Amino acid sequence: MLQNIFTDNNITWMDGKGTDSDIVLLSRIRLARNFKDLPFPNRASTEQLADARSRLLSVLDKISATTKTNYICLDMDKLTDLQKRVLVEKHLISGNFTKHSDSRSLIVNADSDISIMVNEDDHLRIQCMKSGLDLSDPMMTAFDTDNCIEEEYDIAFDDNMGYLTACPTNLGTGLRASVLLHLPGLAATNQIAKIINISPQLGLAVRGFYGSNAPGNLFQIANQLSLGFNEKELTENLSRAVQEIVSHEREARRALLAYAEDKVCDQAWRALGILKYARSLSERELLSLVSNVRIGIDEKIITSIDVDVFNKLIIAGRTNYLTNLQEKENMSQREIDKKRADIAREIISDSSSDKEVIS
Amino acid sequence: MLCDNCKKNDACMHITQINGNNKIDRYLCEECAAKYGDFIMQEHSENQPEIFSVNDFLSGIFNNSPNDQQTTPANAPPAGEEYACPSCGMTYMDFTRSGKIGCGTCYNTFRNRLEPLLRRIHGSSKHTGKIPHRAGKTLNIQQELALLRKQIETYVDSEEYEKAAQVRDCIRRLEKELNLNEGRS
Ligand SMILES: [Zn+2]
Ligand SMILES: [Zn+2]
Repeated sequence: MLQNIFTDNNITWMDGKGTDSDIVLLSRIRLARNFKDLPFPNRASTEQLADARSRLLSVLDKISATTKTNYICLDMDKLTDLQKRVLVEKHLISGNFTKHSDSRSLIVNADSDISIMVNEDDHLRIQCMKSGLDLSDPMMTAFDTDNCIEEEYDIAFDDNMGYLTACPTNLGTGLRASVLLHLPGLAATNQIAKIINISPQLGLAVRGFYGSNAPGNLFQIANQLSLGFNEKELTENLSRAVQEIVSHEREARRALLAYAEDKVCDQAWRALGILKYARSLSERELLSLVSNVRIGIDEKIITSIDVDVFNKLIIAGRTNYLTNLQEKENMSQREIDKKRADIAREIISDSSSDKEVIS
Repeated sequence: MLCDNCKKNDACMHITQINGNNKIDRYLCEECAAKYGDFIMQEHSENQPEIFSVNDFLSGIFNNSPNDQQTTPANAPPAGEEYACPSCGMTYMDFTRSGKIGCGTCYNTFRNRLEPLLRRIHGSSKHTGKIPHRAGKTLNIQQELALLRKQIETYVDSEEYEKAAQVRDCIRRLEKELNLNEGRS
C-alpha cells in the first residue's frame, strides 16, 4: 500500500459516487488540534516535536479500532522530495508541510480518506474526505478520531477562544470544511464571478482549485470563519451554499444545452478525440479537455465511457505523479507532456466500453 | 556547424525566432533545442496554483497599521511593553512578524491584544463549538444549560407548559451537577 499511495490514480475518496457527485467531487473536513503542554511546532524543540508525534502514535491503535481501519505512518524525512510532492498533489499533505522534515509525519489509512498530519502548523491536523456532497459523515469520523486523542491527552483549549491553534484564523473550532466543485456550466455562462463576489458575505471563500483561472473548471469552496459558530452551523452553512451553487450549475447546463447543444456536443466529442489520440498534453490542456468530456458524460452525450475516468485523469495528469511513475526526477517538460498523453490514452481506453486499439 | 547556444555540440536544428519585426535565426544542438522547447511550452503551461498564505495576510494587517509603518528605531515602543510569553518566550512582535502564535499560553498572555484581532478575523471572539471532555466538563454543562434556558423560553412563549416543565427539571439536574463539579475543584 505504501507503493500504491504514490502510484495509484484510483482514489476511494474521489470515486465519483455520492450525493450530487456529477457536480460535487469531494467533501473534506480538517480539524486543527494541539497538545496543551507543548509549544506549537513553530516554537517547539526537536524533542518536543518528537513528543507530539509519539503521543499520537500511542493512541493510534485506539483510533484504528474506533474508525475500523488500519493506518500507516509516513515519516517525511524518509520520503524523497518527489514522493512528498505526489502527496501534495493528492491533497494528503500541504505544501507547507514539505518545508520541514524533522518529526513530521503523515498518518494515513488504507483508503487514504482519513489522515493526520503531525507537526504541520499545529501538532495535529485531522483530515477526513468523502466523495460527493457529504460533510456530516467525515465530520463524525473527524470527531471520533479527535475524541480518541483527547481522552488520553489534554488539548490546548480556552473556554472563550476554543481550540487554540498556531494561526488565529483557525482558532475556535479549528475547523476547515471544504468542497470541490466542477462548474463548467457556470464558467461557460460567465457566472463564476457572482459566486466569488457573494461568498465573503456568507463567511465562505471560493478559489480555483488548480490556480487562479481555474483550469478544468474546478473550484474549491471553504468556510473562512472558525470561531463564533459551532461545527454544525459552519458545515450546514457551507452545504447550503453548495446546494445553491449546484442548482445554479444545473440551470446553466440546461440553458447551454437549450441554446447551444451542437456546440456542447462538438466540444465534448472533440475533447474525447484529442484525449484518445494526443501524443503530448500540458496539464492545463488535459484539465480543460477532461472537463469537456465530463459534461458530455453528465449530459448523456457520451455514453461509452465510465464517469470515474474524469477523477482518474485529474490525478493522473499531475506533473509530480507522472514523474514519480517514471521513477526519474527532473523529467523535461516535453517528456512529462508525452507521458501525460500516454496515461490519458490508457485510462480512456481502459474505461471505454467500445474497446478499440488506440495506442 | 556548432550549436549557437552551448557552442559544444553539433547543431542539428534550425529555429527561427520572430520578435516583432526582428527575425533571429538560431542553429541548435538536440539538447539545447529540447531546452528551448521546454521554455516555449512553459510559457503556455499552467502557473502553479496560487498559494494563499494566511500568514502573509496577517502580517499584511500589521504592516499596514500606522504604528508599524512609522515606527523607527528612535520612537520604538517602550521596552516595558515588550513582554514575552512566560511559557514559550514569544513576544507580540514575534507574532506580528510571523503571523503564528507560539503556544497555548500565548493566547492568555496576549489576550487583550488578540481579542480585537479575533473579532476582526471571525466577527466574534467567543467559541461555541465542540469542547474537549477533559478540559471542559463544566463548560459542557454550561453550554447545555444555555441551550435549555433558550428552549424553555420558546415553550413558555408557545404555552407548551408540560414540555417547559420537563426542560426545567433537566436544568435543575444539570445545575446540581455543575455545583458538585465546582465544589470538587
Ligand atoms: Zn547546444
Ligand atoms: Zn507562548
